[in-house]
Amino acid sequence: MPQFDPAIPIYRQIMDEISGQIISGKLKAGGQLPSVRELAQTFQVNPNTIARAYRELEREGIVFTRRGQGTFVSEEEGIFVTLKRERASFFREMSSLGFSRQESLAWAQEFINREGDKNGARIGRQ
Amino acid sequence: MEHALVANNLIKKYGHTLALCGLNLEIPKGKIVALLGPNGSGKSTLLKLFAGLIHPTAGEALVLGERAGVKTKSKVAYVPEFNHLYRWQTVEEATRFAMKFFSDLDYELAQKLIAEMQLEPGLKIGSLSKGMHARLKLALALARTAPVLLLDEPLSGIDPQSRRKILTALVDTYRPGEQTIILSTHQVLESEATFDQVLFLQEGELVLWGEADELLREHNSSIEDLFTEIYQ
Repeated sequence: MPQFDPAIPIYRQIMDEISGQIISGKLKAGGQLPSVRELAQTFQVNPNTIARAYRELEREGIVFTRRGQGTFVSEEEGIFVTLKRERASFFREMSSLGFSRQESLAWAQEFINREGDKNGARIGRQ
Repeated sequence: MEHALVANNLIKKYGHTLALCGLNLEIPKGKIVALLGPNGSGKSTLLKLFAGLIHPTAGEALVLGERAGVKTKSKVAYVPEFNHLYRWQTVEEATRFAMKFFSDLDYELAQKLIAEMQLEPGLKIGSLSKGMHARLKLALALARTAPVLLLDEPLSGIDPQSRRKILTALVDTYRPGEQTIILSTHQVLESEATFDQVLFLQEGELVLWGEADELLREHNSSIEDLFTEIYQ
């Protein structure tokens, strides 16, 4: 059974999980999401909770529903940029460590100078 | 929206002891509700009143708009906390026996659930462990198509694997939108992902009631923490 953070509504954690899978490419644009029941079984969660997560994702334009067919990932380019931006918590985390935005920016610039402007995923794997 | 279960100023006394003191609540159709509270807070009494097994001292308990009683029995599947199955029967015999009482019991679904619960049809009830017995009780209740399911402490006093199997089966067979489930429990953290609403009872009174997500937001603490806060 997956571990949920009891301080955060479960539907929100499921939304984050799905957004994460879209950003990482595990779920492709236009691709079909599992049915509510399938996902309820995977996560061991009340189907109403999954349905709520899907509804909220639809409201945010991240997924859409085709009546009778199921739920699909949006094909609009814009949402991926939005999703990535929302997920990129660099400035938030830096600020929680007490860095100002200018300091954070300087730190990021220094990092790029040192490591080059490569894809972040490569660095993560080292 | 029609409510699945309604309590109007519901009072229950056992002799001079007040078990429920004027409860008012409305549970919408199609929700899974956790009924929380310490021992003696009135949880079992409330479930028995909705099951039509006992009568209110005053006020009323309504099931799908009708007073709980003989007429509503076919609409409610109730699982008591104690073991009510006959020790000398086998799992298979107990299933067939239950079908005589409950015309809404789906035999094929019961067999499927019993297999998922890893129970052999030929096993004697008397030889089942506590966890197995709890799993069988739940399988027989989940195999019923009654729109209301009342579970009294389905998770208490049994091993973690059995608890997990029970929660899995509950989520898998639950019919969203049409079926309403109340389960009383102390295992808040473990069952949290299965319920929509929470009812907190204390000394026969409703102290807190709401959508789990809303309670999280309003109180800025987990249901488990709320539970600890209220009862300590």
